Amino acid sequence: MHSGKSAWDGVEGPTEEQVAYCIRCGLCLSVCPTYKESLRETESPRGRVALVAKAIEGELELTRNFKDHMYRCLACLACTHICPVGIKPAELCLEARYAIEQVQPTPLLKPLLFRGIFPRTGLLELLTKPVALYDRSGVRKVVNALGVTGVLPSQLRDMERMLPNRLPWRGTRHQLPDRVLARGERRAHVAYFLGCVQGVMMAEGCKATVEVLAENGCDVVIPKQVKCCGMPMVGYGFKDEARQMARHNIDLLLGLNVEAIITDCATCGSSLKEYPEWLENDPEYAERAKQFAAKVRDISEFLVELGIRPPAGQVGARVTYHDPCHLCRAQGIRSQPREVLRAAGVDLIEMKESDTCCGSAGTQLITHYHTSVGILERKMDNVAATEAEIIASGCPGCQMQLNLGVKRRGLDARVVHPSQLLAQAYRKKKSDE
Amino acid sequence: MIEPRIIKELQNLVGKQHVLTSPEDLVAYSYDGTFAERRPDVVVSPNSTEQVSQIMGLAYREEIPVVPRGMASGLAAASVPINGGIVLNLCRMNRILEIDELNFTVTAEAGVVTQDLADAVARKGLFYPPDPSSIKQSTLGGNAACNAGGPRCLKYGVTSDYVRGLTVVLADGRVIKTGGKAIKNVTGYNLTQLFVGSEGTLGVITELILKLIPLPKVARTAKAVFPKLADASQCVNRILTAGITPATIELMDETTIATIEEAMHLNLPLDVEAILIIESDGMDEQRVNQEIEAIADICRATGAREVQVARTEKERNDLWVARRAISPSLARRAPNKLGEDISVPRSAIPDAVAAIKEISRQVRIPIAIFGHAGDGNLHPNILFDRRDPVQVEKMKKAAAEIFRVALQLGGTLSGEHGVGSLKRPFVEQDVGPVFIDVMNQIKKALDPKNILNPGKVIPGPVPGGRDLFAW
Ligand SMILES: Cc1cc2nc3c(=O)[nH]c(=O)nc-3n(C[C@H](O)[C@H](O)[C@H](O)COP(=O)(O)OP(=O)(O)OC[C@H]3O[C@@H](n4cnc5c(N)ncnc54)[C@H](O)[C@@H]3O)c2cc1C
Ligand code: SF4
Ligand code: SF4
Repeated sequence: MHSGKSAWDGVEGPTEEQVAYCIRCGLCLSVCPTYKESLRETESPRGRVALVAKAIEGELELTRNFKDHMYRCLACLACTHICPVGIKPAELCLEARYAIEQVQPTPLLKPLLFRGIFPRTGLLELLTKPVALYDRSGVRKVVNALGVTGVLPSQLRDMERMLPNRLPWRGTRHQLPDRVLARGERRAHVAYFLGCVQGVMMAEGCKATVEVLAENGCDVVIPKQVKCCGMPMVGYGFKDEARQMARHNIDLLLGLNVEAIITDCATCGSSLKEYPEWLENDPEYAERAKQFAAKVRDISEFLVELGIRPPAGQVGARVTYHDPCHLCRAQGIRSQPREVLRAAGVDLIEMKESDTCCGSAGTQLITHYHTSVGILERKMDNVAATEAEIIASGCPGCQMQLNLGVKRRGLDARVVHPSQLLAQAYRKKKSDE
Repeated sequence: MIEPRIIKELQNLVGKQHVLTSPEDLVAYSYDGTFAERRPDVVVSPNSTEQVSQIMGLAYREEIPVVPRGMASGLAAASVPINGGIVLNLCRMNRILEIDELNFTVTAEAGVVTQDLADAVARKGLFYPPDPSSIKQSTLGGNAACNAGGPRCLKYGVTSDYVRGLTVVLADGRVIKTGGKAIKNVTGYNLTQLFVGSEGTLGVITELILKLIPLPKVARTAKAVFPKLADASQCVNRILTAGITPATIELMDETTIATIEEAMHLNLPLDVEAILIIESDGMDEQRVNQEIEAIADICRATGAREVQVARTEKERNDLWVARRAISPSLARRAPNKLGEDISVPRSAIPDAVAAIKEISRQVRIPIAIFGHAGDGNLHPNILFDRRDPVQVEKMKKAAAEIFRVALQLGGTLSGEHGVGSLKRPFVEQDVGPVFIDVMNQIKKALDPKNILNPGKVIPGPVPGGRDLFAW
C-alpha cells in the first residue's frame, strides 16, 4: 500500500535526521497553545513531528487534512524552546508547508497572495480593512483553497475588531519623511525598516519608533522601496518568493551604509535575522546576508545597547506587556522591551504566561478561527487579571489580536507598541518645557 | 476495521468532533513515550463518566478492544493500541472537582495533568507529593493506572499511597465507586488498590479522590561527588540508618555523568564513579538545615571527594539542572533509548550497577545508569538506533540480561513504569505461575471478553494481534 517513498521525494523538505531523535517524551505538549486549546494530540508538537516523520517514511500522504495540520501550527516556537532534545517542531511544520507547496501547489494561493498582494505594498495599503481585504482580494478563495470551511459571520465581525480604532487615512509610507535627523548629540546612523503590517495598520507605532530613535541621537533613513520581510511567504510555504524579497532588501539596505537596521516588528526582525539561513546556498548572497543580519536590531534591543536617554517626562500608567513569540523565543529578546517601558516611567504589571502565544500567528484568525479565539481568550484572562489600562507589545500581529481581545471583552484598555509609550514620555518633556 | 455504523454510534454518544478516524489522527494516537507504535481504528474523547460508560457498553456488546489513554508519556508501551480498536482519550476530563481543605483531600477527573493538580492544591497550602519526572505531561488517571513514583517517593511514597477512592467504569459499562474520603475503610476488599497499577486492563478510571498533606515550607539540596560507587551506596545506607529520611536521593553513574557533560558542559567531574543529589525538606527551617548538614557530614565520612550544599534557591536549582539534563542528554547521544526501571533491595545497588556495566561491555552497547538510590529503583537506559537491526538485537539482549540481574539480586522488573507490552515476556520469570494464574482469574472476572487493553501486563498470546515485542 505504501510506497515507502517520502511524500516529498525529490524536493526540499524536512529530513529523517530532523525527526528521528524525538523521544516522544511529550514535554512539549505542556507548552503548546494549540494542544492546550484542543486537547488533541494531532494538534500538538509531538503529533506534528510524528506526522512529518510518517510522511517521510511514506506512510502518510499529503492529503488536504495533512496539509491543514501543518498550517494549524502557530509557529510560536514554545515547543522548540522547551524540547530537551533539540527537535524543532515549528520549523518542521514550516518546512513541510514549503515541501507541500512544491509537490502540490495550492491553486490560486501563490499568484494571489505573493505575486498579487504582498510584493505590491501600495496595493496592500489600499485594502486597509481586513474585511475588504478578505472579500475583494480573493483571500476568501485562498482560505477555501487551504481547506478551511467558509468564514463565519462572527469571524467577519472579529476581523473588523482587530483594527486599531483609528485607521490612518494614508499608509505610513506616505506620512513618514525619507529622513529624520538626530536630536541632541548624534550617536548613530541607522535605517528604519518599514514593515508591511506595521506600516499599514500601526502608523502611530511607526512614527513613535522613528521619533524615539531621533530622540536618542540617531539619524534615521526610511527607505520606502523595502519589500515585505518574507515571513508570510515562508508561512505559506513559498521559500523561493521569500528569498526574492530577501535579496531585494539586502541590496537596498546594505547599500545605505548604515550602522544598524532597525525594525519595530517582531516578525520582521526574526525573519531579517534569518536571511543567512534562507540564502545559505546562494553563492552570491550568502556572505552579504550575514553582513546584513549582523546589523538588524529590534528597536528595544538597539535602544538598550545604545543606552536610553532618560526622558524628563513619565507615563504614569498601569501597563502590562505581552511577549511576542517572534521576539522572546525567535530572538531571545525579553528584558529589553521591559527596559523601554521602565524608561518611559510606566507602572509595569507582569501578567501570567506573558510569553504564551496570543493565537494570532499571521492569518490564523482567518484560517483557524476557533483555535485562534480560544487561545486568545486564555490570554485575555491573564491580561484582565492585571487590571492594566495599557497593553504593550512589539508586534503588529499581536497588537491586532490583542485589540480584538480587548473589544470582545469590552475592556477599558488600549493596545500600543512600547515605542509609543517612550515617545509619549519624551513628548511630555517638550510640552512641559 | 470498525464498521461505519459503530463509528456513527460513537459520534452520537460524544459528538462528531470527538471521534477521530483520519490517518493523521490515528498516527498521532499510535505511540507513547517509547519507540513502539501501532495505529488504533478510532480515537474517542469522552467528557464524562457517563459517556465512558456508554462507550464501554458499546465496546462490550461489539467486542472491540479499548485502550485507555492519558497523555501517553508511558514508558512501557502500555497505551499503544497493539490490537487496534478504540483509543479512549481521557484528556478532556480535566476538571478539579473539589479541594477539601478540612479533610485534606482533592477530588478530580482522570484527565487532569498532575502538575495542574499540584499547583492548584499548593495555592491552598496543601501538598500532593507524587512527582514523576513527567509531571507536566502525564495525567492523574495514567499515574494511578501505572502507580507512578518519582524522586520524592523515598520520603513521601508513590501514587497508590495517595489514592483514597476511585470511580471506575468496568468493561461492560457498569460504574463502580471504591473507597472515599474516610481515612479508615475496611468495608469489603480493597478494590481501590486493585485498580491502581492495573494499566488500564481492569477498568477505566474516571475520577479520583486523593489524599493531601500540608505543604513543606523549606527544602535544601546537596550534591556529593564519589570516586567510588560502592562508597556512594554505603553513604545512602548510612544516611537512612542514621534515622534521616531525605525527600530524595538521586544517583548518576559515570556513563550518565559523561553523557550529560558532553551535551551540557556543566563542569561535572569525569573521573568519578557516582554523583548523589540529596534533598531534605520540611516545615521547620532549622531542622531542615541541621538535616542537610548532617547528610553532608555523612557524605564526607563515607568517601565523598566534594560536597556542595546549596545556599540559595538559585544554587539549589543549579544542582538540579544536572539531574534534569539526564534524559535529554541521553537522547542527544542516540535516537532511541530503552529506559528500564528495575528495582532492587537498597543494599544491592553496587552489585546491580557493576553487573549492568559488565552487560554493557559484553553486549557492546552503551548503558547509562541513574535512579532513585534511596529506594533501590534504578533506570539503566540502553542507547540504540532502531533503524539498525544489529543494535536492536543488542538492545533486546541487554534488556533481558538486566532483568535477569534484577531478579538474581532479589529485585523486580519494574519499580514504576509498569509492564505494558515491553516487559510482558519477562513477567512470569519474576512472579511465578501461581501469581500469573491469579492475575488471569481476576482479569476474567472483571473483563470476561478481554476487551480492556488486551495484550498488556499478563503474558500470553495477543488475541487477533501481533505482539509488538516478541523478544
Ligand atoms: C520524561 C519522562 C519521565 C518519566 N518519569 C517517570 C517517573 O519519574 N516515575 C514514573 O513512575 N513514571 C515516569 N514516567 C512514565 C510515565 O510518565 C508514567 O507512567 C505516567 O504515569 C503515565 O501517565 P500518562 O497520563 O501519560 O498515561 P499513558 O501513558 O497515557 O498511559 C499509561 C497506562 O495507563 C493507562 N491509563 C491511562 N489513563 C487511564 C485511566 N484513566 N484509566 C485506566 N487506565 C489508564 C493506559 O491504558 C496505559 O496502560 C516518565 C515518562 C517520561 C516520558
Ligand atoms: S519534540 Fe521534543 S519535547 Fe516534544 S516529544 Fe519530541 S523530544 Fe519530547
Ligand atoms: S510552534 Fe507553537 S503552536 Fe506550533 S507546535 Fe510548537 S508550541 Fe504548538
